[in-house]
Order: sequence, then C-alpha cells, then structure tokens
Amino acid sequence: MALLEVENLNVDLSTAMGPARAVRNLNLTLDRGQSLGIVGESGCGKSMTALALMGLLPENAVTTGEIRLSNENLLKKSERDLCSIRGNRMAMIFQEPMTSLNPVHSVGRQIMEPLRLHRGLSKTDAKKKALQLMDRVGIPNPEERIANFPHQLSGGQRQRVMIAIALSCEPDILIADEPTTALDVTIQDQILELIHNLVAEEGMALILISHDLGVIAENTEKVAVMYGGTVVESGATDQIFGQLSHPYTQGLFAAMPKLGMSRNKRLTTIPGTVPDLVNLPSGCTFTDRCPLASNICKETTPPIEELGPAHTVACHNLKKAIEARSTGLYE
Amino acid sequence: MSVFFAKRFLTFLATLVGASIVIFIVMEILPGDPALVILGVDATDEAVLALTKELGLDRPALERYFSWISGMMQGDLGISYAYRVPVWELVEGALKITIPLAILAMTLSVILALVIGLYAAANHNKIGDVSLMGFSQLGISVPNFWLAILLILFFAVNLRWLPAGGFPGWEEGIWACFKALILPALALATVQGAMLARITRSSVLEVFREDYVRTARAKGLSQRRTLWGHVLRNSMIPVLTAMGFQFANLLAGTVVIENVFHIPGLGSTVLKAINNRDTIVVENVVLLLAGMVVLTNFVVDLLYAVIDPRLKAHDI
Repeated sequence: MALLEVENLNVDLSTAMGPARAVRNLNLTLDRGQSLGIVGESGCGKSMTALALMGLLPENAVTTGEIRLSNENLLKKSERDLCSIRGNRMAMIFQEPMTSLNPVHSVGRQIMEPLRLHRGLSKTDAKKKALQLMDRVGIPNPEERIANFPHQLSGGQRQRVMIAIALSCEPDILIADEPTTALDVTIQDQILELIHNLVAEEGMALILISHDLGVIAENTEKVAVMYGGTVVESGATDQIFGQLSHPYTQGLFAAMPKLGMSRNKRLTTIPGTVPDLVNLPSGCTFTDRCPLASNICKETTPPIEELGPAHTVACHNLKKAIEARSTGLYE
Repeated sequence: MSVFFAKRFLTFLATLVGASIVIFIVMEILPGDPALVILGVDATDEAVLALTKELGLDRPALERYFSWISGMMQGDLGISYAYRVPVWELVEGALKITIPLAILAMTLSVILALVIGLYAAANHNKIGDVSLMGFSQLGISVPNFWLAILLILFFAVNLRWLPAGGFPGWEEGIWACFKALILPALALATVQGAMLARITRSSVLEVFREDYVRTARAKGLSQRRTLWGHVLRNSMIPVLTAMGFQFANLLAGTVVIENVFHIPGLGSTVLKAINNRDTIVVENVVLLLAGMVVLTNFVVDLLYAVIDPRLKAHDI
C-alpha cells in the first residue's frame, strides 16, 4: 500500500471570471521514503496541488477526488482531524522564507510551536528539541539564535528555520514548494542538499516542487510533469530524463540554457503562454503551443499511455513526438 | 534606547515651540479686544484703555509672547482676563474631568472595537460579519449628540439609573463621578468604537492573507489558535495608530458632548474662553492639548515597538 495516493484530484477556484480549473484529474502515488518531483511552469497547478494535499487551499476553492494518506481519505476528514495531521504527519516548506515566518515571534518560539501542539512537550523540553533541530539544519550558535526574530536572520537561515519547523514532528511526508527559488544561487545548493540529506536520514517521503529541471533531476526518484493543471508525463526520473516523450517535456528541456552553447544563438522557448484556467480548451491543453498539434488534439482529451513500467504520457501524437526527439521539436 | 528618548524629547520641545508661536499669532490676529469684551460695548474709551493697560495688553506682541513663555517655564500660566483667577485653576478642574472621560471613552471604544472587529473578521462574509458591519456603519453615521440625547432619555429619564448630566466633583466619590461620566463616554465611544471595529476587521483580514499565517496553519494550528497566536498582534499596528488619533480627539474634541451633559470639561472651558476673548486661557489650553497629543503619539510609538520587534531596530 502506498503512503499517499491521489486519485482524480480536481481543484476549482471560483473567480469573478467564472470557475478556474487549477488542478484537473490529477493522479499521484508516493511510497514511504520515496521522493517525487513536480515540475512545470508558473500557473500549471503545482502549488495548488501542494496546498490541496495540505488542505490549505483558499476559501474559494472546491476540491473533489481522493487524497488518501495511509488509506484514509483526507478530503473526508474534519478540520480538527486535518489540524492533527498538518505539521505532524505532513509538513510543508514554502517558497518565500522572507515572509513565511511570523515577524513578531522569536524563531525559537516558532520552532517550538508544533512540538508543543502535536507532541504536548513542556516549554523546557520543546526548547531543548528546538535547539537540537536548529543544530541539525545547520544554524550556527542555536543558543543565541533561538531568541532572534526572523528579521535578524538571512534568507538562507530563515529557510533553515522553516525546515526545522517542518521536521520538528518527524512527518511522513515533506512537501517543499520551490524551497530555493527566493534564495541566492550559492545558498540554493546548500538548502537542497540539506533537504536531501534530512529526508534520507529520517526516511521521509518528499514532494519537491520546482520549475528547475536540474533541481528535480538531482533530488527525486520520480517526476510528474504538470501542464494546465494536470500531469502530462510521469515516471521514474531516469526514465523521463533518458527518453523525453511528451512535447511539453521536450520543450522544457529545450528551453534550458546549456553550457557551451554558441553565444549568439537565442535560447529556445516554447511559443505562447500557459492556458487561461477559466477557459481551458476542451481537448489537450497544450494544443495551442504544441508543434505537433493536430485536429484531434483540439477536441479530445489525450489518453494516458504507458511507455514503460510506470512511465505514462498523455499525448495523441506520441509516436511523432518520440521520433522528433532526436532532431528537436523546437529548433 | 537613550538616543531614542533624546530624539523624542527634542521633537516634543520643537512641537511645543512651534505650536506656541502659531497659537500666539492666531490669537493676535483674531478680532476682538479682551478689554472691550469684558467691559461691554458701552464702555468709555478711557476705561477700555485703562483695562488694556492693567491686563498688560498694551505691551508689544513680542514682549507679551516671551513673558508668557518665561512665566510658563516657572509654572505660572498667568491670570485669566475674564475671571481674574489663575489660569491653572480653570484648567485643573477641566482636566480632572476631561482626562478620565477620555480614558473611559477610549476603554469602551477599544472593547467594542476588538469584540466586534475580531468576531466579524473570524466570520468573514457570514451573516454575523455582515450584520455587525451594518451596525457599525450605523454607529459611524449617527451624530454623537443625538445618541447622547437618546441615552439620556433611556437611562436617565426612563430607567432613572444614571444622572442626566452635570458632574458632582471628585470629592463626592469615584462611583458618583463614574455614574456621571459613563453616558457621555458611551456616546463618544459608540462612534469611535464603530470606526475602530472596521479598522480592526480589515486589518485582521489582511493579516490572515499573510504567508506566515499559512505557515501557522501548515503547522497544524486551528483557525482560532492562528487568530489569537499569529494574526491578532500583527494586525494591531493600524488599530493602534487610529487609537492614537481618537484619543487625541477625545481630549480636545468633546465640546458638543460636554454641552449636552453639562460637563465643565476642557472643550467647554476653551470654547468659553474664545468667546470671552480670554486669550491667555485659550493659548495655555491649546498648548496643553498640543503637548498631550505629542505625548499620546509618543506612547503610541512606544507601543509599536512592543508589538513589532522590527521597529525597535529602526528607531534606536
């Protein structure tokens, strides 16, 4: 039995323009200790998926489908039960360390909070544990730092504090939503390595959300490529990186700057922009931007085809796409 | 810390000097001769001239300004032209009513605002929120003197629980004075509390959208615990700013309510002094008010630093 199974997840946001389909028919599975990367452009539904898993979507969101954690459907649970799961069995690290910590509480107090809430630790015990956690996430002088307020720490240190908070109750699943996007490049690697090591040591499952393919390739065993609110390709990281299949996945790769590329050559881009979630096309959502799009793409949702064990792709023109792999679809 | 206080003290002094000059010039320009007002229109020119001399009003303006200031520094506010008693005697009695009234009204207003504002924010867009905001809109729109009359009708005339007006004096005991002040305080607090409630509500709702509130929820805190533990304190800065303004307003701007309840507060004192062209009283009271407003702002600034640790770092 998988630790986390997401089946047919749909998230609709009611907006002034009508319902926006932020996540559509999303399926994911995650085993204990496994790491999954979710990759895609801004607005493809990555963060919405993460928030849906945590049950922290905005009030105007309607979630349907099933999110099963150890076979229990979280969407059927009461708010009270969800509170006992959040921060305890499932924890999350956010994109913006600068604004994700409460400016008026000391970092120590913020790390101690879940320990006192879920573990019922006394102040002294929680403080002891907080000091250990701060040491573990690589904050120097925890004894001094514990009384500091967030504004007295650098961005990297604050993200370390966030990691300490997320780790405090030894969750089964850690969700990291673009944890390094807001940080300096030099700090990014340190933070990712820290997450990577901690996850391995604790045996936690990891969901790493990023738009950076390099980050995903280095840190996860499985990948789900999202586009227009749904998964267009998923499989083991090696499989996907070894045999790029979906035209969108190929586009993401082609758009990465490469070392040794000639200076006066322009970077490859995928033409167009992400679809409007309020007016999604009825067929494949990538149709407007896909170099292989045909009439059928416009009208019917592409079937999910298995390319290999657990490697699935949703594309009408899969054969053509695979053939085009060697020449490059976007050249 | 001491740099902070020194800076603040200098601002305090500079404000007082500036205010004293402005007040003095305004009172100079104001038409109406104190001596003439005191003696009446039928007075002979000689009598008016003699009184002007007696009051010291024949001296050049600059000299009078400096004698006012130097007198004040020695604790002498001068003698009222109209009543021939020391100004401090007039002001002291008024302050003993106005300050307790302002504090009582502010307390009621804050209680009202926090209860209504927090409840409305926690039940955003639900029936409780919508109806409370409707009431607060009503509270803001109602003129406070009209509300005061309603309160008198209900609590003093119909129920006979409280006096309809007047102030017994502190020698009659705290309870009697409290009974005399509670209705005017309530009339003042309703309007201000309604405004403050709306500010509280919008500020709380704004903080609810902050990233760190999402973090708190991701830790497993319930909506209620998040509100008390993470939202409330962060949302208090704009509320505190408004409270500062309101308190300053309560010190000086309660003339109408004082008149409805026949309370000899600071507002009535200064109004009477203006009518009598009792310039020395007006100048001193206005300067006193300016000082109290600066002091209020200073307390508000200190409270900012208590609420938000980031502000300490910038100020000191």
